[in-house]
Amino acid sequence: MSEAREFKYIGQSTIRPDGFDKVTGRANYGADLSLPGMIWGKILRSPHAHAIIKRLDTSRAEAFPGVLAVATHSDFPSVTDQAIESGEGSLTLLDLARNVLAKDKVLYHGHAIVAIAAKTSAIAEQALALIDIEYEVLKPVMDVREAMAAGAPILHPDMFTQGLAEKPTTASNVATRLEYKMGDIEAGFKDADVVVEREFYTPTAHQGYIEPHACTVRFEKDGQSMIWCSTQGHFDVRASTAKLLAMDLGKLKVIASEIGGGFGGKTTVYLEPVALILSRKSGRPVKMIMDRDEVFKATGPGSATRSWVKIGARKDGTITAMQGRLAYEAGAFKGSPVMMGCMTAFTPYAVSNMYIEGFDVVVNKAKVAAYRAPGAPQAEFAVEMLVNELAVKLGRDPIDLRLQNAAQEGTQTIYGPKFKRVGLVECLEAARDSKHYQQALAANQGRGVAAGFWFNVGGQSSVHINMNPDGTGTIVEGSPDIGGSRASMQMMAAEAMGIEPGRLKPIIGDTENVAFSAGTGGSRTTFATGMAVIEAAEDVVAQMKQRAASMWNVTAEQVEWVDGVALNTAGEDRLSLAEICAGADRTGGQISGRGNINARGAGPSFAVHLCDVEVDKDTGKVDVVRYTAVQDAGKAIHPKYVEGQYQGGAVQGIGWALNEEYIYSADGLLENAGFLDYRIPVASDLPMIDAIIVEVPNNFHPYGVRGVGESGIIPPLAAVGYAVENAIGVPVTDLPLSPPRVFNLIQGKG
Amino acid sequence: MAKLHITTSINGEATEFLCEPHETLLDVLRNDLQMTGTKEGCGSGDCGACSVTVDGRLTCACLVLGVEAAGREIGTIEGIGSSDKLSVIQEKFLEHAALQCGICTPGLVVSTQALLEQNPNPTEAEARYFLAGNLCRCTGYDKIIRAVLDAAATMRGAA
Repeated sequence: MSEAREFKYIGQSTIRPDGFDKVTGRANYGADLSLPGMIWGKILRSPHAHAIIKRLDTSRAEAFPGVLAVATHSDFPSVTDQAIESGEGSLTLLDLARNVLAKDKVLYHGHAIVAIAAKTSAIAEQALALIDIEYEVLKPVMDVREAMAAGAPILHPDMFTQGLAEKPTTASNVATRLEYKMGDIEAGFKDADVVVEREFYTPTAHQGYIEPHACTVRFEKDGQSMIWCSTQGHFDVRASTAKLLAMDLGKLKVIASEIGGGFGGKTTVYLEPVALILSRKSGRPVKMIMDRDEVFKATGPGSATRSWVKIGARKDGTITAMQGRLAYEAGAFKGSPVMMGCMTAFTPYAVSNMYIEGFDVVVNKAKVAAYRAPGAPQAEFAVEMLVNELAVKLGRDPIDLRLQNAAQEGTQTIYGPKFKRVGLVECLEAARDSKHYQQALAANQGRGVAAGFWFNVGGQSSVHINMNPDGTGTIVEGSPDIGGSRASMQMMAAEAMGIEPGRLKPIIGDTENVAFSAGTGGSRTTFATGMAVIEAAEDVVAQMKQRAASMWNVTAEQVEWVDGVALNTAGEDRLSLAEICAGADRTGGQISGRGNINARGAGPSFAVHLCDVEVDKDTGKVDVVRYTAVQDAGKAIHPKYVEGQYQGGAVQGIGWALNEEYIYSADGLLENAGFLDYRIPVASDLPMIDAIIVEVPNNFHPYGVRGVGESGIIPPLAAVGYAVENAIGVPVTDLPLSPPRVFNLIQGKG
Repeated sequence: MAKLHITTSINGEATEFLCEPHETLLDVLRNDLQMTGTKEGCGSGDCGACSVTVDGRLTCACLVLGVEAAGREIGTIEGIGSSDKLSVIQEKFLEHAALQCGICTPGLVVSTQALLEQNPNPTEAEARYFLAGNLCRCTGYDKIIRAVLDAAATMRGAA
């Protein structure tokens, strides 16, 4: 694309097309659909963190008046194990079936065991108490250190560590060991004048979407079934559910409701297959809604991690070696994002010698789900903390040191490709030149700087644009809109067609009225689905030109398209898009455009954040007093929603750094499964978040777009963490920096 | 147990419903009256997604029983703005892009209206503290607070 390109609509902050419904309460989310004859499903969950189910008898519950169906793991048809595509997360089919309804063993507090559907949710709740179940309680394993120790209780007796030089003979809680390397790590450290190293811990943290998981489903007698649910990817819900229930894809329609937040946590299934079993058994539509404590206990969270990182540099500031070891909790089943942690940890830096190893470790907690840039915030937290320490040891400004070592076009990454054009340097410069960075700190204040890298992904998206006889049109796309992406789709199509955005209505098609589209994850929607929208819009334009050509008896090449109007270069004729649509019945029927793509070339988005904190040394309470989020958008289609992604990511990361953590009892029971005790940031915790949009175009996208959804949650952990370290003068290693932890650090009891 | 017959007023409209004694006002609104604009995020009064007013007082509908609506005046998101004209607060939320997923938005609009009725000229800190009971996980609150302050200024100007 040409960088000097002038846009007509792109870059304006329009009113989102779904806005009216959202501010009036008319928008329908996962829990908002009711059907005639509908009944309610509820789930019995494990009261133990780790136990064998010795006996399970549901007969008393089944006989309870008003109960219409009961489901257990044995209701799944037998399936062979296979990997399934599920957004950004990964689970095998057998593990997914065992996560959705436990088989023989419960592996975490809140693990689903039995589902009951009844006339009312109150009856279903009462019936849950009538399930007779006997457990043999086992010792839980709640941390990677315990899980990796010799003699640790084993969650899965059939799990042997993959990726070791020698095939292991004993079962382990380590599912996988992996490594990435580049150059000669030992030579790199020999070349260093200064070395910093530290161990870090990040806690289990939840995505914290405000809308609980919910669905309404109907299993039909002719085998055609329907799921309405809140999801980031309804095609993934279809694939997972159909495989679990041995159905053809064509017999299952999934409708994505409006989604009340996901952050990666709504890329897998929990309720949907269970509800469909209950509907099949009862012959009635079934609605299931999780309570908030079920959301905390049995969905999400992100991995808790332990990491060790070591960095060496010459006196002149050249980083010569970066080494790390990361252990990530996967939860009850293998599949943490440790690989992504290894791939992202050092990637903001152009360093010749790197070595990192990762361990995917099962523990007795809920299976982790993707969480905004899955795996990256934890790994980059460790690295960015140490880069700040390195800057102090070298007597360098932390942004200046990063600029000296920053990854840029041509930098070799540890995971394979060399970077095309990226915007880290531009982000660092914008941060350095910001008013924030020039402002002096007051007493008891500290400042942290951190960078963040996330790949972004492309993948398959399908779009069609159906034009109406009056020149309006509908954009049908398949990526659930989680943060205003319909506005971007509308603007990109309008730009390509040269008509007012308001003439095009974007909608999210269900799995039957748009072709397969990968879910909303990996910051892919505005990039990849946007490319499909542009392709469909260009298809519409090409057809418009042909129709005009046929009306004028010229060739399509003789027609020019300017601002939504066809011009006959062989004469004076002009036909507007609306006129061509109105005459479409006479030129071959109505017009619809199509864009079906598998997008490559997602451009990485780098972010750089600045955080100032003030620490109350008497209580350990930390207040964020100023915050700036800088990030490369490639091209911001809708600047206000781009800023919103930066601000929202920053605040989610601030919560992770300062407050959020799962707290477990000695028995492995989750003690803070609610928003009162798992405290996400509230309005009064925060200052305004300054957002600076950097635009270094991604040449693979027609308008230069890079995904912006995820990178913004990466830097806050170290930006806040180092700001606290800077304020109190004591090294920070563990998150969250809650008042007791900070107080203890100040008192020298860290 | 027999259902109870309740007579109340919702958004100024006389309304009757039958409910179980244990049902919350939120259950009644969403499940019995199909008024799904009021959202449920937690069921324990911690998230504010179900913010409504009872006799003008801002309340979480999940913390009130349906039977307690008897004889009261209930205000919900469905009573704010009309199908052809949004309220100033709603317009400002859209203009400032003060929502992403939108699940917290109805509750925030109800709470903001309650704030501005009590305090037409809030400082940023007053707005942040008043709205601290309404969780938003998407926006980081920046644009919400800007929308609230702009709405307040616009409404003062219009008054």
